[in-house]
Amino acid sequence: MSVLSLIIRREYIARVRNKSFLIMTFLSPIILVGMIMLISYLTQLNKHEKRTIVVVDESGLFDNTFLNTDDTTYLMLTEQGLETAKEVAENEDYYGLIHIPKNESGNLNSVTFYGNETPSFGLVERIEKQVEKKLEDLNLLSQGVDLAVLETSKTDINLNIENFSGEKSSKMSNWIKAGFGGAAGYLLMMFIIIYGNMVMRSVIEEKTNRIIEVIISSVKPFQLMMGKILGTTLAGITQFAIWVILGTILLTVASLVFGIDPSAASSGGMSEEAQAIANDPDMAAQFIAEVGKLPLMQLVFGFLIYFIGGYFLYSSIYAAIGAAVDNETDTQQFMLPIIMPLMLAIYVGFFAVIDNPHGTVATIFSIIPLTSPIVMLMRIPFEVPVWQLVLSISLLIASFVFTVWFGAKIYRVGILMYGKKPTYREIFKWLKY
Amino acid sequence: MNSLLVTDAVSKNFGDFTALNGVSIEVPQGSIFGLLGPNGAGKTTLIRIINQITMPDSGRVLLDGLPLEQHHIADIGYMPEERGLYKSMKVGEQVLYLARLKGLSKQEAQERAKYWFDKLDIGEWWGKKIQELSKGQAQKIQFVVTVMHNPKLLIFDEPFSGFDPINANLIKDEILQLREEGATVIFSTHRMESVEELCDHIALIHKSNKVLDGEINTIKRAYKNNTFDIGVDIGATASLPAEQASAKAESDLSKKFECTPANFKSLGNELKLRIKLGDDGVPNALLSELQNYGQVTHFTEVIPSVNDIFIQTVNENL
Repeated sequence: MSVLSLIIRREYIARVRNKSFLIMTFLSPIILVGMIMLISYLTQLNKHEKRTIVVVDESGLFDNTFLNTDDTTYLMLTEQGLETAKEVAENEDYYGLIHIPKNESGNLNSVTFYGNETPSFGLVERIEKQVEKKLEDLNLLSQGVDLAVLETSKTDINLNIENFSGEKSSKMSNWIKAGFGGAAGYLLMMFIIIYGNMVMRSVIEEKTNRIIEVIISSVKPFQLMMGKILGTTLAGITQFAIWVILGTILLTVASLVFGIDPSAASSGGMSEEAQAIANDPDMAAQFIAEVGKLPLMQLVFGFLIYFIGGYFLYSSIYAAIGAAVDNETDTQQFMLPIIMPLMLAIYVGFFAVIDNPHGTVATIFSIIPLTSPIVMLMRIPFEVPVWQLVLSISLLIASFVFTVWFGAKIYRVGILMYGKKPTYREIFKWLKY
Repeated sequence: MNSLLVTDAVSKNFGDFTALNGVSIEVPQGSIFGLLGPNGAGKTTLIRIINQITMPDSGRVLLDGLPLEQHHIADIGYMPEERGLYKSMKVGEQVLYLARLKGLSKQEAQERAKYWFDKLDIGEWWGKKIQELSKGQAQKIQFVVTVMHNPKLLIFDEPFSGFDPINANLIKDEILQLREEGATVIFSTHRMESVEELCDHIALIHKSNKVLDGEINTIKRAYKNNTFDIGVDIGATASLPAEQASAKAESDLSKKFECTPANFKSLGNELKLRIKLGDDGVPNALLSELQNYGQVTHFTEVIPSVNDIFIQTVNENL
């Protein structure tokens, strides 16, 4: 067996056998699923809360405006007058009271909501909308507009998007592409942050155990670095896979047992469009069709290459940082070069790419090695010219190899510098040794 | 005698600091070679260059007459001064892993490990983690790791620090036995008593330069300066009691020779002196001179200890 594979094996086993690794691997999905269940349970609890709102409509315009919904009942108490209604609302512990004063001019800015607690944004908006709609209708009527005609004249336009070779796409496909790219980008960032740190700690391991000279007299630092990055990555993939599998199983089991729909927890964060898709069978069919139209091969390959390449590049930087220091507390000062490009990539990804996937900013950042993994991952669904892909991937691989070499170089010198806290300047000097 | 290891004008700089300045040493096949020098002289840097941990700025290192290459790591066993093992790894796995990094096959590694664990009678540690062992026990494992791949060249940097006397002795015997079996050993140390005891060749490095090297007896011969420790039992003479006769003899001798008080063990109450004859002095002349004073009980040439040579050389090169 080659030296490299020996190192990879040892690193993998050392990571996987580690107690905290085992605990994290099996506890995390349980905690995560537990949280999801808790949140969705609480959300449902929130929804099932029934509330009654008293309406005192002195203007007499809103007889049929406030319609009862699943969770809100409106109680018209106009005849009793405001003061009595307030008392009733307070005594009966109703959620609140809407008071619409009598106003000849049609100015209804003095509509007031009374309540023990500040009403939710949703409720305020709903009330405002209902009042506005009613007033608009009344205004239109007073101008002599037939509401029925108005209703039929409303249109809903969906712009058809087609490229010159005749391939159709739609607004939805853009949304899917952005969603896919965003998810992939986020996933990569999470992966880098979690497992990059693990690589760094494993590189420091030889120093804290003081075995470094024995190891370095047997293998080249480059081999050691490479082995550590690969071994830790494999351990990371193992953990990730267990998380996904265990998480899915647990979630399925839990939702079956408790009868709670976990999607309730996320629906609050979903965009309106997503909800529309979920609710509309036509849209759902279109959704599937659109996914089928994505450049799947390019997507899968792009995902694999950029995910792996990006992760390796960053973990080699983590490894280089580990090589420069003696213990973990000294690593803080070197974190900036990792966090900055990651943040930048995410920002560029979510603003520039979604706004204009082939714009100058998006193109440049998808070629620069440190940001390319995330930005290019987000661009790939929008189909990227081959030359850009080739350029960006070659740069990525080259900078990965360079960083490992650089880390190995620092490592070689770093062992001579026990106890010194390195600075950027010092490390630059080491390169010349 | 042919040399197993030769360093040829090896230099190494760290920035403005010169760690080694054209150091050439030759380590003869089958010797125990003492690499001596004060702290910070450059010993460890030289050893790291031999181990290919650091690369020299200039100069060559030859092993068996060939320039050092990556595969030579299998021929060298190195026990650094800064010692350690993976703390949370099991002893057995660790030993096998490190041996295989040195190029042993899995089976070879297992056989060799069994041999050494039986020999040192430490078989029951196999399944333990290093962190469960005491420091001395871990040191033994470290020794096994160093020698397990049967290297031609063994390098020990301050090997006995951290060992209790019993284990230090055990390790010393093992090293001597390995030498019998054909290994060449380099010791880097500033503990002179172990050098005196074990080494047959030395090189002294001081302030990045080699200031002295060669076979230990040759060096001692060069450093001896015709000095003798003598003891003469001077009885009472006719005119003087014993004590005064002794004092008179001492002052007489002091006029003829360069004398200092000597310190060696003896049973009688004789006059003890260290007499330096100088380059043209003849020992026999001194002996017959002494016979005039009384019974000569002691007459030994003073051989400089490595410690003396070390201190003298370092001071000369300040």
